[in-house]
Amino acid sequence: MFGHSFLGGVHPKDGKKLSASAAIESYVPKGELVYLMNQHIGAPASPVVKAGDRVLVGQTIAEPGGFVSAPVVSSVSGTVKAVGPHICQNGDTALSVTVVNDGLYETTESFGVVRDFSAMTQDEIKKAILDAGIVGMGGAGFPTHVKLAVKPGMKIDYILCNGAECEPYITCDYRLMLERPEKAVLGMLILLSLFPDASGVFGIEDNKKDGIASVRKAVEQADNPDHRNVSVVSLKKKYPQGGERMLISAITGRKINSKQLPADAGCIVVNFSTLIAVAEAVAEQKPLIHRVVTITGDAVARPSNFDAPIGTNISELIEAAGGFKTDPEKIISGGPMMGAAIYTLDIPVNKTTSCILSFTKDELGNYEPQECIRCGKCLTTCPERLMPIKLKNAADVGDYEEFEKLHGLECIGCGCCTFICPAKRKLSQSITAAKNHVLAEKKARAKKA
Amino acid sequence: MKTLNVSLSPHIRSGGSTTKIMLDVIIALLPALGVGFYVFGWRALLVTAISVASCVLTEFLYEKLMKLPVTIGDLSAVVTGLILAVNLYSTAPWWIPLIGGVFAILIVKMLFGGIGQNFMNPALAARCFLLLSFSRIMTDYPILDGMTSATPLSIVRDGGTVEYLDLLFGTHSGTIGETSALAILIGALYLFIRRVISPRAPLTVIGSTVAFVALFTLIKGEPVTLNFLAVHAFGGGLLVGAVFMASDYATTPVTFWGQIIFGVVVGLLTAVMRCFSSSFEGMSFAILIANLLTPMIEKWTYPRPFGVRKERKKAS
Repeated sequence: MFGHSFLGGVHPKDGKKLSASAAIESYVPKGELVYLMNQHIGAPASPVVKAGDRVLVGQTIAEPGGFVSAPVVSSVSGTVKAVGPHICQNGDTALSVTVVNDGLYETTESFGVVRDFSAMTQDEIKKAILDAGIVGMGGAGFPTHVKLAVKPGMKIDYILCNGAECEPYITCDYRLMLERPEKAVLGMLILLSLFPDASGVFGIEDNKKDGIASVRKAVEQADNPDHRNVSVVSLKKKYPQGGERMLISAITGRKINSKQLPADAGCIVVNFSTLIAVAEAVAEQKPLIHRVVTITGDAVARPSNFDAPIGTNISELIEAAGGFKTDPEKIISGGPMMGAAIYTLDIPVNKTTSCILSFTKDELGNYEPQECIRCGKCLTTCPERLMPIKLKNAADVGDYEEFEKLHGLECIGCGCCTFICPAKRKLSQSITAAKNHVLAEKKARAKKA
Repeated sequence: MKTLNVSLSPHIRSGGSTTKIMLDVIIALLPALGVGFYVFGWRALLVTAISVASCVLTEFLYEKLMKLPVTIGDLSAVVTGLILAVNLYSTAPWWIPLIGGVFAILIVKMLFGGIGQNFMNPALAARCFLLLSFSRIMTDYPILDGMTSATPLSIVRDGGTVEYLDLLFGTHSGTIGETSALAILIGALYLFIRRVISPRAPLTVIGSTVAFVALFTLIKGEPVTLNFLAVHAFGGGLLVGAVFMASDYATTPVTFWGQIIFGVVVGLLTAVMRCFSSSFEGMSFAILIANLLTPMIEKWTYPRPFGVRKERKKAS
């Protein structure tokens, strides 16, 4: 029939062809590694090492700074050079730990020791996930152990694996579907052992037919002694199909708003890469110390997918991808629809760095915005059924009361409105700025009270 | 390395533009205008040319005079000129489209802030202005050799019938662009396929007009025949108005239900004027009145956001 999907959305040119056929290459870092403390949403981690300390692969170098936080683990062995601020992808600086790699890759004792998860208790599994520093690897970086800490009385019916990878250009999850599907299925079975009544569903966009086939095969062949219910669902190719709320609605028909969590709809949503990280953390005792990063864009000589240690400088990865064949005008960390534009290559790979995208042309900046012609395309594409046209007006005049009344806080920042606008208006940009302003004010007010 | 650009996401754009949308509307208008040129001859072409030139020139001169950026490149003035011409009779003297174009662009569009800001459809407002100012000239429909001379609406009003093929191919009297149902439908289909407009408003306008005309005629105790309804749907300005004017971006609601309510309002008003007034031009006035209601209709029909449930009224 129609395939699983949602109302609205856009169909950008997906650009995945550039790097889709490039097999994942393991990258060995050459320079120093920098571990940022704010690789996740929530409180930054706090370093537990100091300059001069020797660290090993798999050693915790920073403890979580609160409940909604995650530890940071070293991906190499070597000496801590400094604990101090470093530029991060949002252009700000954040506390970081710099490690000089000694190239020995000496590991902690338990690192890589295979164990059987079915012999572990639920608490042991949850602790392993927490200690591994696993966060949502799709981009938002929500700590996974927080997602699993479901309030008592709430029933989880679905564990959804977000394999939509709806952002154009990114291919890291696609390559993992082809090359390591069995690990993702193992990760799913581990999570299902925490919620035995839930069904596990892999949602994958139908532009990745071979990815769907590969994961289906892995599900069939998986060692599933407890007969957990795992299935693979083909989603319609449409952006933002991988938005958490869109994905839940597409697969289960349940809808949540900005004030709710997926658990309110009986769902836990995890990214495909994250499931693999869960499998490695629980079954192989390997914390989250590496991830697959897509290096692509029309400025890059040889678009590639690298399996890089967390902390690797991204300029090294671009060098490894043949460097720039043309000077880039814009470099984006993440996808072109929601990624962050960066002004320097001197930033490390984070747990959430899915892609470094280099464009020779800045499609956003090269157009002068014109007057709104009220075509209404922003309304029909908005997956949240908002009125971007009205929200932008309220945002631009600073009428934040009206902005909230028009449900501006429901905006997920997907960028469909700016993408589609024929008058080239920067709708999403204005709305995001206003939303951040309103949220910051609310936070300040809550602090005062 | 060059200095890198930094901005908030998203970083890519669709290929669409205002100019492309306007170009699509122009393409969609061509079949209807083509039939008009064929049926009514070179005078129709002349009226159209003057109308377009007047609109474009007015916008250009106004912007030059006011030291504003010149926006005639977006082609919206061309669209206004063409829609004005669609609504004029080919018998109009040369100064009629000239004055109409100036009124449409200067008074209705530019003085209210230019593209997207006008509260009424410029071409229709100009047409009604001309109708009220020069009633005799504006209702002087062309008499065609060997064809029915009166407009289909006046024929059925007097109890006659009209050949269906004439309605389809436009071989009857009328304004330049309204005569051929087939040509207008081709244009409409093009706009729907290109997703320039949604069929919501046009379909509700046509459906509700025909329904209300049937209802009112029955109330008046007159016979309702299929031919009578077909002429009301396809014989006057209804079709062209529904497709090209009731779907105008600036002056109709942007919301889903707003467009449907707008269509019903236009249909109701058109039917009232066609059944209870002496004029056949009900459509233009109906759309203009509905244009004025647009902000209110829009406000009533704000969509409910995804996952947000209806707020229950708090018991006070």
